[in-house]
Amino acid sequence: MLDPRTARPFPIVAAEAVRDTQMRGNVRHATEVIQNKRARVVAERGDWQALREAGKRLREHAIRNMDAYLLEFERNCTRAGGTVHWARDAAEAQAIVVKLASEAVGASAGTPTAGRPAPGEVIKIKSMTTEEIHLNGALEAAGIRPYETDLAELIIQLGQDQPSHIVVPALHKNRQQIREIFRREMQLPELGETPQELAEAARQFLREKFLRVETAISGANFLIAETGGVCVVESEGNGRMCLTLPKTLITIAGIDKVVARFRDLEVLVQTLPRSATGERMNPYNSIWTGVRPGDGPQNFHVVLLDNGRTDVLADEPARQTLHCIRCGACQNACPVYRETGGHAYGSVYAGPIGAILTPQLLGMQHAQSLPYASSLCGACYEVCPVKINIPEVLIHLRSRVVKEQAASISGRLHPEALAMRAAASVFRSERRFRAAQRAGRMAMKTMARDDGAGQPWIRSLPGYLGGWTSVRDLKAMPKQTFREWWEQRPHRTADGQDRNKPGVPDHPTGTTKQPPASVESA
Amino acid sequence: MPRHALRLGGILQVALFITCYNDTLFPECGKSVVRVLERLGHTVEFPAGQTCCGQMHANTGYRDEALPLVARFVEQFAHAEAVVIPSSSCVTTIREQYPSMATELEERGGHAGLSRAVHDLLPRVFEFSEFLTKRLGLADVGAYYPHRVTYHASCHGLRALGLGDGPVDLLRAVGGIELVTLPNVERCCGFGGTFAVKNAAVSGAMLAEKVRDVQNTGAEICCACDNSCLMHIGGALHRQSTGIRTVHLAEILAAEEGDPV
Amino acid sequence: MNADARSVVLGRIRAALNDHPQADAAQLNAEWLALPRDYNQQGHLTEAERLDLLEDRLHDYGAEVTRVAGHEVAAAIAAVLAMRGNRPTLMPQGFPAEWTPENAALTMDDTFSTRELDRFQGVVTGATAAIAETGSLVLQDVAGQGRRAGTLIPDFHLCVVRAEDVVENVPQAFARLAATPTLPTTFVSGPSATADIEMTRIKGVHGPRFLHVLLVDG
Repeated sequence: MLDPRTARPFPIVAAEAVRDTQMRGNVRHATEVIQNKRARVVAERGDWQALREAGKRLREHAIRNMDAYLLEFERNCTRAGGTVHWARDAAEAQAIVVKLASEAVGASAGTPTAGRPAPGEVIKIKSMTTEEIHLNGALEAAGIRPYETDLAELIIQLGQDQPSHIVVPALHKNRQQIREIFRREMQLPELGETPQELAEAARQFLREKFLRVETAISGANFLIAETGGVCVVESEGNGRMCLTLPKTLITIAGIDKVVARFRDLEVLVQTLPRSATGERMNPYNSIWTGVRPGDGPQNFHVVLLDNGRTDVLADEPARQTLHCIRCGACQNACPVYRETGGHAYGSVYAGPIGAILTPQLLGMQHAQSLPYASSLCGACYEVCPVKINIPEVLIHLRSRVVKEQAASISGRLHPEALAMRAAASVFRSERRFRAAQRAGRMAMKTMARDDGAGQPWIRSLPGYLGGWTSVRDLKAMPKQTFREWWEQRPHRTADGQDRNKPGVPDHPTGTTKQPPASVESA
Repeated sequence: MPRHALRLGGILQVALFITCYNDTLFPECGKSVVRVLERLGHTVEFPAGQTCCGQMHANTGYRDEALPLVARFVEQFAHAEAVVIPSSSCVTTIREQYPSMATELEERGGHAGLSRAVHDLLPRVFEFSEFLTKRLGLADVGAYYPHRVTYHASCHGLRALGLGDGPVDLLRAVGGIELVTLPNVERCCGFGGTFAVKNAAVSGAMLAEKVRDVQNTGAEICCACDNSCLMHIGGALHRQSTGIRTVHLAEILAAEEGDPV
Repeated sequence: MNADARSVVLGRIRAALNDHPQADAAQLNAEWLALPRDYNQQGHLTEAERLDLLEDRLHDYGAEVTRVAGHEVAAAIAAVLAMRGNRPTLMPQGFPAEWTPENAALTMDDTFSTRELDRFQGVVTGATAAIAETGSLVLQDVAGQGRRAGTLIPDFHLCVVRAEDVVENVPQAFARLAATPTLPTTFVSGPSATADIEMTRIKGVHGPRFLHVLLVDG
């Protein structure tokens, strides 16, 4: 189970993941295909940057006024016949859903319809929020069997696996691996391995369940305050089946899913599919409001989940994390995710968005290695349809991790912390910096060996820096630093005259303006 | 050999911020920057009190340790007509993080006017290639470099600074050069500062892909605007005895006909 | 417990947003109206270009498109159904009489159960709007389109779209929907599909696998 509270640190799991060449090949292939499709459909929109800006601003507006908009949503949803529940954390959400599902399942078991009765079963649409709160385990513990109906989630569920991507949760599996799971779990020994055959097997496997099971559980892409409506976007039609056919529908949504008005969707339903799957529009968008007599479930519940989101909200520099619309574009663009896949992140939210969301949802108590699981290359920010500056949030969270560590003696005595504080002291003084350069040169000299071409290189560094020389050499320090060279060269003034300025200058040379004093602070 | 015809805006007094790692490990880069700027007729000064921009500390989470370096940088460079820095990532730190860090320092007391000073200074701070292409409006700086070269676009240069085609335009104008395009040029090499050490395995996997791409170009030289990426890429090229060398863009632009090859 | 959770969560939100003054309805409205919307909201195509683009995008999705004149709709429906073997086909309440052919295969929806719906091979409906840029059909629970299950369970969807209901882009579609935002609404963009297996796009998973659009022009 992907639980960030018990997951091992990212560098350790990631080091194992990069040795799984099959998984890496699958992830590379999938992310490259989506990225190329995305690039094509984004390029055809001359107004893409305007859509991103609009998306950012309307998400920001909704998040900064979240209380007002959630209350408006609750009012309108209730008026339309829905029931709104609030959950402080995962356990509370589990309890609410299990209770509602048990009641619904009990009701339908007592009144068999044209088909067989459906005791103890629910059908589910792919929902990262339900993964986040580990809902399936709670349902099973209460004697209710959840059927995942999204193809990827079905692969994950039947294979007793874990999702590794927000949009394409089984992208780490290839067709042969999926065939083996389906053969075993659906008892189809003759099943072929083309994607068509595999999808057809899933269709047959699930069709009967759609027609039989009378309770469904979904997530939500957007909650519309103005109308009390809910929007779910999907591709396969399993979502429509779950949203439309059952008698009871239970929707779980993070409180961050709220948008102000119906019209705001005109931006988000343009940017979400293009970013998520590289389509101009995904096959199905469903929008419904409460209960509609004669159309869809007559018993409708929405569970609004906090589970750490208000902690994210409270940290102003990181608040933008909540603007996320779960498109997964940052995962596809991330060069780190490309090498490790999603499981290394120890959370259902993998990749760059997971690296910022997961530790915050857990109050920075866990997953402290995740903000460091990035080279800060910025590819995530560039593709984000609501312009979340993920590198900026990563850096902010790193400073929170350091502050938290500094609160303990062992944290303050950590070799990295000691080295960083020593380096900071060096950089605060030109004199100490020069001394450190000299000391570094001597230390490197003892470690360097001639590479056969007359150049001194270091093949192995000790301790914390050993990670560097695991795959690369380091060129030893040259005999002269730049500033030593500068001080020895003949200097040229603005009028082109050469003048020699030996010694250590305390202030900039060759300027007619007021020179700054050399800064020496301890 | 000043190239007055190519110069915009007259003679500039350029203050060089060499950066701590170039100063210590890559002095040739700084010498080359000086050579190019002086060849173009500008005057270079080197404020001696400079040390480090604070990038490593800020990006690793040691913000408190980075803060004094903001004040230091401003004191050293506030007077400059233009500040030139041969490192995209350091320029990114200065542009993106200094404003909020200066505000924080001011709020803590003792640094009155620092935010204003940062705000005033930032428009005069340039990455080296950016200074040539955007501030001076140049492509041809009179260089000669008869080698097969590929250009690695560092992420900070590409995305944070938006250097665009600037560095490639400069390279195209170099005499004798054979420029080959690096496939997947927008993909990170896996350096990422302390990332390379803290996540050595992933960094190594990213590096392996980059090294493969570099090798596939058949280039003798891989150049970039950041010696940090190059230290990382070059370290692997050396470990694998590929024979491919890494050099900073400034070293190529500094080379002239008649230089020893 | 739940009432308590509500006040606790709302209290946390207010505390978290204490850097941002709580806005009243008028301020919220003003703030929302001031949001930037510099993306395309107007169309720039002629009607003919718009219809061509829609047809092109529908073809992209593997849908069939037939252009018909208003008086030809009934005959076209009859022909398409005949082509598909006159198998049992559902028709929503309120489907326009002038579009309805004499055809034994057509049955009016009448609160059928899910399993009864499963006996229909096809469904014929109108649409509230169609979006040319994205090849989307917008369906709502209104006369002539009917409840959502009707266009979901049968494997073949024949959709009649009037030229005047074709808009160029998504914002124009939302402008049309502004009067009825609380109706059950479904955007259909091509037949159901998945790319969950090695990113290979496969047409037809759970929703209708076959989509045929009659585009009524003139």
